[in-house]
Amino acid sequence: MNETHTEKFVGIGADVADNRKAWISVLSKAKAGDVVQLWEQAATPELMQLAQTLRPPEIGMVMVQGRTGGAGAPFNLGEMTVTRCAVRLDSGETGIGYVAGRNKQHAKIAAVVDAMMQSPSHRQLAQDRIIAPLEATAKSRSALISKKAKATQVEFFTMVRDRKA
Amino acid sequence: MNAYAPLDLASVLPGFTDPTTESQTAFRAIMNATAKPGTLAVFDNAFVPPQGINKAAGACLLTLADQDTKLWLDESLQISDLQSWLRFHTGAPLTSSDGESTFALIGDLTNMASLGGFDQGDAKYPDRATTVIVMVTSLTSGSSLTLKGPGIQTEAQISPEGLNAAFWEERAELVSHFQFGIDLMLCAGNQLISIPRTTRVSF
Repeated sequence: MNETHTEKFVGIGADVADNRKAWISVLSKAKAGDVVQLWEQAATPELMQLAQTLRPPEIGMVMVQGRTGGAGAPFNLGEMTVTRCAVRLDSGETGIGYVAGRNKQHAKIAAVVDAMMQSPSHRQLAQDRIIAPLEATAKSRSALISKKAKATQVEFFTMVRDRKA
Repeated sequence: MNAYAPLDLASVLPGFTDPTTESQTAFRAIMNATAKPGTLAVFDNAFVPPQGINKAAGACLLTLADQDTKLWLDESLQISDLQSWLRFHTGAPLTSSDGESTFALIGDLTNMASLGGFDQGDAKYPDRATTVIVMVTSLTSGSSLTLKGPGIQTEAQISPEGLNAAFWEERAELVSHFQFGIDLMLCAGNQLISIPRTTRVSF
Protein backbone atom coordinates (compact mmCIF):
# COMPACT_ATOMS: atom_id res chain seq x y z
CA MET A 1 0.00 0.00 0.00
CA ASN A 2 1.63 3.25 -1.04
CA GLU A 3 0.91 6.53 0.67
CA THR A 4 -1.33 8.17 -1.92
CA HIS A 5 -3.53 5.11 -1.88
CA THR A 6 -3.83 5.23 1.92
CA GLU A 7 -4.93 8.84 1.82
CA LYS A 8 -7.64 8.08 -0.68
CA PHE A 9 -8.81 5.07 1.28
CA VAL A 10 -9.68 6.94 4.46
CA GLY A 11 -11.07 9.97 2.65
CA ILE A 12 -8.74 12.36 4.37
CA GLY A 13 -7.94 15.64 2.72
CA ALA A 14 -11.40 15.91 1.20
CA ASP A 15 -13.54 18.75 2.43
CA VAL A 16 -15.66 16.61 4.71
CA ALA A 17 -17.94 19.43 5.79
CA ASP A 18 -19.21 19.92 2.25
CA ASN A 19 -19.00 16.40 1.05
CA ARG A 20 -21.66 13.85 1.89
CA LYS A 21 -19.68 11.08 0.24
CA ALA A 22 -16.79 11.85 2.57
CA TRP A 23 -18.78 11.84 5.81
CA ILE A 24 -20.64 8.68 4.85
CA SER A 25 -17.27 7.13 4.11
CA VAL A 26 -15.96 8.17 7.53
CA LEU A 27 -19.02 6.69 9.28
CA SER A 28 -18.94 3.46 7.24
CA LYS A 29 -15.35 2.62 7.91
CA ALA A 30 -15.15 3.70 11.55
CA LYS A 31 -15.03 1.08 14.27
CA ALA A 32 -18.48 0.40 15.71
CA GLY A 33 -17.21 0.89 19.28
CA ASP A 34 -15.82 4.36 18.48
CA VAL A 35 -19.07 5.44 16.81
CA VAL A 36 -21.27 4.24 19.67
CA GLN A 37 -19.00 5.85 22.27
CA LEU A 38 -18.92 9.22 20.47
CA TRP A 39 -22.69 9.12 19.98
CA GLU A 40 -23.27 8.53 23.67
CA GLN A 41 -20.89 11.34 24.60
CA ALA A 42 -22.57 13.72 22.14
CA ALA A 43 -25.74 13.07 24.19
CA THR A 44 -28.48 13.62 21.66
CA PRO A 45 -30.61 10.54 22.33
CA GLU A 46 -33.87 12.38 21.68
CA LEU A 47 -32.87 12.90 18.05
CA MET A 48 -32.76 9.17 17.57
CA GLN A 49 -35.96 8.56 19.52
CA LEU A 50 -37.85 11.12 17.44
CA ALA A 51 -36.43 9.87 14.16
CA GLN A 52 -38.74 7.81 11.97
CA THR A 53 -37.24 4.52 10.86
CA LEU A 54 -37.65 4.10 7.10
CA ARG A 55 -35.70 0.89 7.01
CA PRO A 56 -34.77 -0.83 10.25
CA PRO A 57 -31.11 -1.93 10.47
CA GLU A 58 -30.56 -5.06 8.39
CA ILE A 59 -27.50 -7.17 7.71
CA GLY A 60 -26.54 -8.27 4.21
CA MET A 61 -23.68 -8.89 1.87
CA VAL A 62 -22.24 -6.73 -0.89
CA MET A 63 -19.83 -7.75 -3.60
CA VAL A 64 -16.63 -5.76 -3.37
CA GLN A 65 -15.07 -5.00 -6.71
CA GLY A 66 -11.45 -4.19 -7.32
CA ARG A 67 -9.57 -3.06 -10.38
CA THR A 68 -6.45 -4.80 -11.56
CA GLY A 69 -3.51 -2.51 -10.87
CA GLY A 70 -5.89 0.05 -9.38
CA ALA A 71 -7.14 1.24 -12.78
CA GLY A 72 -7.63 -1.82 -14.99
CA ALA A 73 -10.58 -4.11 -15.58
CA PRO A 74 -12.95 -4.56 -12.61
CA PHE A 75 -13.06 -7.95 -10.94
CA ASN A 76 -15.03 -9.35 -8.01
CA LEU A 77 -12.78 -9.35 -4.99
CA GLY A 78 -15.21 -11.05 -2.63
CA GLU A 79 -18.24 -10.37 -0.51
CA MET A 80 -18.26 -8.37 2.68
CA THR A 81 -20.85 -8.05 5.41
CA VAL A 82 -22.63 -4.72 5.49
CA THR A 83 -25.36 -3.39 7.78
CA ARG A 84 -27.68 -0.70 6.47
CA CYS A 85 -30.38 1.52 7.89
CA ALA A 86 -32.42 4.54 6.82
CA VAL A 87 -34.08 7.13 9.07
CA ARG A 88 -35.85 10.46 8.80
CA LEU A 89 -35.31 13.09 11.46
CA ASP A 90 -38.12 14.95 13.12
CA SER A 91 -37.08 17.99 11.08
CA GLY A 92 -37.44 16.08 7.79
CA GLU A 93 -33.90 15.18 6.73
CA THR A 94 -33.44 11.64 5.46
CA GLY A 95 -30.24 9.85 6.36
CA ILE A 96 -28.82 6.56 5.27
CA GLY A 97 -26.22 4.40 6.97
CA TYR A 98 -24.21 1.68 5.29
CA VAL A 99 -21.53 0.34 7.60
CA ALA A 100 -19.02 -2.48 7.48
CA GLY A 101 -19.80 -5.34 9.84
CA ARG A 102 -22.85 -6.58 11.71
CA ASN A 103 -23.41 -3.86 14.29
CA LYS A 104 -27.00 -2.60 13.96
CA GLN A 105 -26.50 0.24 16.43
CA HIS A 106 -23.56 1.47 14.36
CA ALA A 107 -25.74 1.49 11.21
CA LYS A 108 -28.53 3.38 12.95
CA ILE A 109 -26.19 6.00 14.40
CA ALA A 110 -24.54 6.40 10.97
CA ALA A 111 -27.97 7.03 9.41
CA VAL A 112 -28.95 9.57 12.09
CA VAL A 113 -25.60 11.35 11.81
CA ASP A 114 -25.93 11.46 8.01
CA ALA A 115 -29.31 13.14 8.44
CA MET A 116 -27.90 15.53 11.07
CA MET A 117 -25.12 16.55 8.69
CA GLN A 118 -27.77 17.60 6.17
CA SER A 119 -29.64 19.67 8.73
CA PRO A 120 -28.36 23.24 9.27
CA SER A 121 -29.34 23.11 12.96
CA HIS A 122 -27.60 19.82 13.78
CA ARG A 123 -24.69 19.90 11.42
CA GLN A 124 -22.19 21.62 13.69
CA LEU A 125 -22.83 19.20 16.53
CA ALA A 126 -22.49 16.15 14.31
CA GLN A 127 -19.38 17.51 12.63
CA ASP A 128 -17.59 18.52 15.85
CA ARG A 129 -18.61 15.68 18.12
CA ILE A 130 -18.74 12.72 15.75
CA ILE A 131 -17.30 13.17 12.26
CA ALA A 132 -14.19 15.13 13.22
CA PRO A 133 -13.08 12.74 16.02
CA LEU A 134 -13.76 9.70 13.80
CA GLU A 135 -11.76 11.26 11.03
CA ALA A 136 -8.90 11.97 13.39
CA THR A 137 -8.95 8.37 14.61
CA ALA A 138 -8.99 7.07 11.05
CA LYS A 139 -6.10 9.35 10.15
CA SER A 140 -3.95 8.24 13.05
CA ARG A 141 -4.81 4.60 12.46
CA SER A 142 -3.84 4.80 8.81
CA ALA A 143 -0.68 6.71 9.68
CA LEU A 144 0.24 3.93 12.11
CA ILE A 145 -0.37 1.26 9.49
CA SER A 146 1.72 3.16 6.96
CA LYS A 147 4.46 3.60 9.52
CA LYS A 148 4.50 -0.10 10.34
CA ALA A 149 4.49 -1.01 6.67
CA LYS A 150 7.25 1.49 5.97
CA ALA A 151 9.39 -0.06 8.69
CA THR A 152 9.29 -3.43 6.99
CA GLN A 153 10.19 -2.06 3.59
CA VAL A 154 13.33 -3.70 2.25
CA GLU A 155 15.65 -1.89 -0.08
CA PHE A 156 17.28 -4.16 -2.62
CA PHE A 157 20.32 -2.20 -3.57
CA THR A 158 21.07 -4.44 -6.47
CA MET A 159 17.67 -3.84 -8.03
CA VAL A 160 16.14 -0.77 -9.52
CA ARG A 161 12.64 0.10 -8.32
CA ASP A 162 10.20 0.63 -11.13
CA ARG A 163 8.25 3.21 -9.19
CA LYS A 164 8.78 5.40 -6.21
CA ALA A 165 7.45 3.78 -3.05
CA MET B 1 -39.17 5.50 -16.67
CA ASN B 2 -35.56 4.79 -15.88
CA ALA B 3 -34.93 1.90 -13.51
CA TYR B 4 -31.63 3.45 -12.50
CA ALA B 5 -32.75 7.04 -12.09
CA PRO B 6 -31.56 8.58 -8.81
CA LEU B 7 -33.77 7.52 -5.95
CA ASP B 8 -35.46 10.42 -4.20
CA LEU B 9 -35.74 9.52 -0.53
CA ALA B 10 -37.07 12.88 0.65
CA SER B 11 -40.65 11.69 1.12
CA VAL B 12 -40.39 7.90 1.10
CA LEU B 13 -42.66 6.30 3.71
CA PRO B 14 -41.54 3.39 5.90
CA GLY B 15 -42.31 -0.17 4.79
CA PHE B 16 -42.60 -3.16 7.10
CA THR B 17 -41.67 -2.36 10.71
CA ASP B 18 -40.09 -5.78 11.13
CA PRO B 19 -39.31 -6.90 7.56
CA THR B 20 -38.25 -10.45 8.44
CA THR B 21 -41.32 -11.64 10.32
CA GLU B 22 -43.83 -9.47 8.48
CA SER B 23 -42.70 -10.65 5.05
CA GLN B 24 -42.73 -14.26 6.21
CA THR B 25 -46.25 -13.90 7.58
CA ALA B 26 -47.39 -12.16 4.40
CA PHE B 27 -45.73 -14.83 2.27
CA ARG B 28 -47.60 -17.52 4.14
CA ALA B 29 -50.88 -15.66 3.62
CA ILE B 30 -50.24 -15.20 -0.12
CA MET B 31 -49.21 -18.84 -0.48
CA ASN B 32 -52.38 -20.07 1.25
CA ALA B 33 -54.55 -17.75 -0.80
CA THR B 34 -52.95 -19.07 -4.00
CA ALA B 35 -53.25 -22.69 -2.90
CA LYS B 36 -56.95 -22.17 -2.19
CA PRO B 37 -58.17 -19.71 -4.84
CA GLY B 38 -61.06 -17.60 -3.63
CA THR B 39 -59.81 -17.50 -0.04
CA LEU B 40 -59.51 -14.00 1.35
CA ALA B 41 -56.04 -13.18 2.72
CA VAL B 42 -55.99 -10.28 5.18
CA PHE B 43 -52.91 -8.14 5.88
CA ASP B 44 -52.92 -6.36 9.21
CA ASN B 45 -49.44 -4.83 8.91
CA ALA B 46 -48.89 -1.43 10.46
CA PHE B 47 -47.36 0.40 7.49
CA VAL B 48 -49.18 3.22 5.75
CA PRO B 49 -49.09 2.61 1.99
CA PRO B 50 -48.15 5.59 -0.21
CA GLN B 51 -50.74 7.19 -2.46
CA GLY B 52 -51.73 4.95 -5.38
CA ILE B 53 -51.32 1.55 -3.76
CA ASN B 54 -53.44 -0.25 -1.18
CA LYS B 55 -52.16 -2.18 1.80
CA ALA B 56 -52.68 -5.66 0.37
CA ALA B 57 -50.89 -4.88 -2.91
CA GLY B 58 -48.16 -3.07 -0.96
CA ALA B 59 -47.59 -5.98 1.42
CA CYS B 60 -47.62 -8.36 -1.53
CA LEU B 61 -44.90 -6.45 -3.39
CA LEU B 62 -42.82 -5.80 -0.26
CA THR B 63 -42.85 -9.57 0.23
CA LEU B 64 -42.44 -10.90 -3.30
CA ALA B 65 -40.57 -8.27 -5.32
CA ASP B 66 -36.79 -8.06 -5.24
CA GLN B 67 -33.78 -7.20 -7.39
CA ASP B 68 -34.54 -10.01 -9.82
CA THR B 69 -38.19 -9.18 -10.50
CA LYS B 70 -38.98 -6.42 -12.95
CA LEU B 71 -41.98 -4.41 -11.92
CA TRP B 72 -44.40 -2.75 -14.32
CA LEU B 73 -46.81 0.00 -13.20
CA ASP B 74 -49.76 1.19 -15.25
CA GLU B 75 -50.24 4.81 -16.38
CA SER B 76 -52.26 5.75 -13.31
CA LEU B 77 -49.41 4.69 -11.01
CA GLN B 78 -46.64 6.85 -12.47
CA ILE B 79 -46.40 8.67 -9.14
CA SER B 80 -42.88 9.46 -8.03
CA ASP B 81 -43.51 8.81 -4.30
CA LEU B 82 -44.97 5.39 -5.07
CA GLN B 83 -42.15 4.52 -7.45
CA SER B 84 -39.51 5.61 -4.91
CA TRP B 85 -41.26 3.62 -2.17
CA LEU B 86 -41.31 0.44 -4.24
CA ARG B 87 -37.73 0.84 -5.44
CA PHE B 88 -36.39 1.71 -2.00
CA HIS B 89 -38.07 -1.10 -0.09
CA THR B 90 -37.99 -3.92 -2.64
CA GLY B 91 -34.97 -3.06 -4.78
CA ALA B 92 -37.02 -4.16 -7.79
CA PRO B 93 -36.19 -2.41 -11.08
CA LEU B 94 -39.15 -0.67 -12.71
CA THR B 95 -39.80 -1.42 -16.35
CA SER B 96 -41.95 0.27 -18.98
CA SER B 97 -42.24 -2.93 -20.99
CA ASP B 98 -45.20 -5.04 -19.86
CA GLY B 99 -43.88 -8.05 -21.77
CA GLU B 100 -40.72 -8.34 -19.69
CA SER B 101 -42.23 -7.75 -16.25
CA THR B 102 -42.37 -10.34 -13.46
CA PHE B 103 -44.94 -8.35 -11.51
CA ALA B 104 -47.41 -5.85 -12.87
CA LEU B 105 -49.48 -3.50 -10.77
CA ILE B 106 -52.74 -2.18 -12.17
CA GLY B 107 -54.63 0.68 -10.55
CA ASP B 108 -56.81 1.92 -13.40
CA LEU B 109 -59.62 -0.49 -14.25
CA THR B 110 -61.36 1.74 -16.81
CA ASN B 111 -58.41 2.04 -19.20
CA MET B 112 -56.96 -1.26 -18.27
CA ALA B 113 -53.91 -2.65 -20.02
CA SER B 114 -54.51 -5.79 -22.08
CA LEU B 115 -53.52 -8.93 -20.21
CA GLY B 116 -52.23 -10.37 -23.48
CA GLY B 117 -49.30 -7.93 -23.46
CA PHE B 118 -47.80 -9.46 -20.34
CA ASP B 119 -45.27 -12.27 -20.31
CA GLN B 120 -47.24 -15.51 -20.74
CA GLY B 121 -44.36 -17.69 -19.63
CA ASP B 122 -41.89 -19.83 -21.49
CA ALA B 123 -42.50 -23.44 -22.57
CA LYS B 124 -39.62 -24.54 -20.38
CA TYR B 125 -40.27 -22.03 -17.59
CA PRO B 126 -44.01 -21.31 -17.32
CA ASP B 127 -43.32 -19.80 -13.88
CA ARG B 128 -41.69 -16.81 -15.57
CA ALA B 129 -45.08 -15.44 -16.63
CA THR B 130 -46.12 -12.08 -15.22
CA THR B 131 -48.07 -12.07 -11.98
CA VAL B 132 -50.62 -9.30 -12.38
CA ILE B 133 -51.74 -7.50 -9.24
CA VAL B 134 -55.02 -5.71 -9.85
CA MET B 135 -56.25 -3.17 -7.32
CA VAL B 136 -60.04 -3.09 -7.11
CA THR B 137 -62.29 -1.04 -4.85
CA SER B 138 -63.83 -4.04 -3.13
CA LEU B 139 -63.60 -7.82 -3.15
CA THR B 140 -67.02 -8.37 -1.66
CA SER B 141 -69.48 -5.92 -3.21
CA GLY B 142 -69.23 -6.68 -6.94
CA SER B 143 -71.13 -9.18 -9.03
CA SER B 144 -70.61 -12.78 -8.08
CA LEU B 145 -68.14 -15.06 -9.86
CA THR B 146 -67.77 -18.80 -9.45
CA LEU B 147 -64.31 -20.34 -9.20
CA LYS B 148 -63.52 -23.99 -9.88
CA GLY B 149 -60.29 -25.89 -10.23
CA PRO B 150 -57.30 -27.16 -8.23
CA GLY B 151 -57.39 -26.13 -4.59
CA ILE B 152 -61.17 -25.69 -4.55
CA GLN B 153 -63.20 -28.62 -3.26
CA THR B 154 -66.39 -27.91 -5.17
CA GLU B 155 -66.66 -24.28 -6.06
CA ALA B 156 -65.89 -20.88 -4.53
CA GLN B 157 -67.69 -17.58 -4.87
CA ILE B 158 -65.97 -14.19 -5.09
CA SER B 159 -67.40 -10.73 -5.77
CA PRO B 160 -64.68 -8.31 -6.90
CA GLU B 161 -65.92 -4.94 -8.05
CA GLY B 162 -64.96 -3.14 -11.26
CA LEU B 163 -63.77 -6.02 -13.45
CA ASN B 164 -65.90 -6.40 -16.56
CA ALA B 165 -66.78 -9.48 -18.58
CA ALA B 166 -64.22 -8.60 -21.26
CA PHE B 167 -61.47 -8.84 -18.64
CA TRP B 168 -62.53 -12.34 -17.58
CA GLU B 169 -62.99 -13.45 -21.19
CA GLU B 170 -59.49 -12.32 -22.11
CA ARG B 171 -58.11 -14.05 -19.04
CA ALA B 172 -59.98 -17.26 -19.90
CA GLU B 173 -58.57 -17.17 -23.44
CA LEU B 174 -54.99 -16.70 -22.15
CA VAL B 175 -55.13 -19.47 -19.56
CA SER B 176 -56.71 -21.87 -22.05
CA HIS B 177 -53.18 -22.23 -23.44
CA PHE B 178 -52.03 -23.84 -20.20
CA GLN B 179 -49.09 -24.10 -19.27
CA PHE B 180 -48.96 -20.52 -20.47
CA GLY B 181 -51.05 -17.83 -18.85
CA ILE B 182 -50.86 -15.18 -16.20
CA ASP B 183 -51.62 -15.43 -12.50
CA LEU B 184 -53.84 -12.79 -10.97
CA MET B 185 -53.98 -11.26 -7.54
CA LEU B 186 -56.93 -9.04 -6.74
CA CYS B 187 -56.34 -6.55 -3.93
CA ALA B 188 -58.72 -4.22 -2.13
CA GLY B 189 -57.82 -2.40 1.08
CA ASN B 190 -56.00 -4.95 3.18
CA GLN B 191 -57.56 -7.99 1.48
CA LEU B 192 -56.23 -10.18 -1.30
CA ILE B 193 -57.67 -12.96 -3.46
CA SER B 194 -55.30 -14.96 -5.63
CA ILE B 195 -56.51 -16.49 -8.91
CA PRO B 196 -53.79 -18.65 -10.45
CA ARG B 197 -53.97 -19.67 -14.10
CA THR B 198 -55.36 -23.11 -13.19
CA THR B 199 -58.59 -21.65 -11.81
CA ARG B 200 -61.67 -21.62 -14.03
CA VAL B 201 -63.81 -18.52 -13.60
CA SER B 202 -67.45 -18.42 -14.63
CA PHE B 203 -69.91 -15.55 -14.35
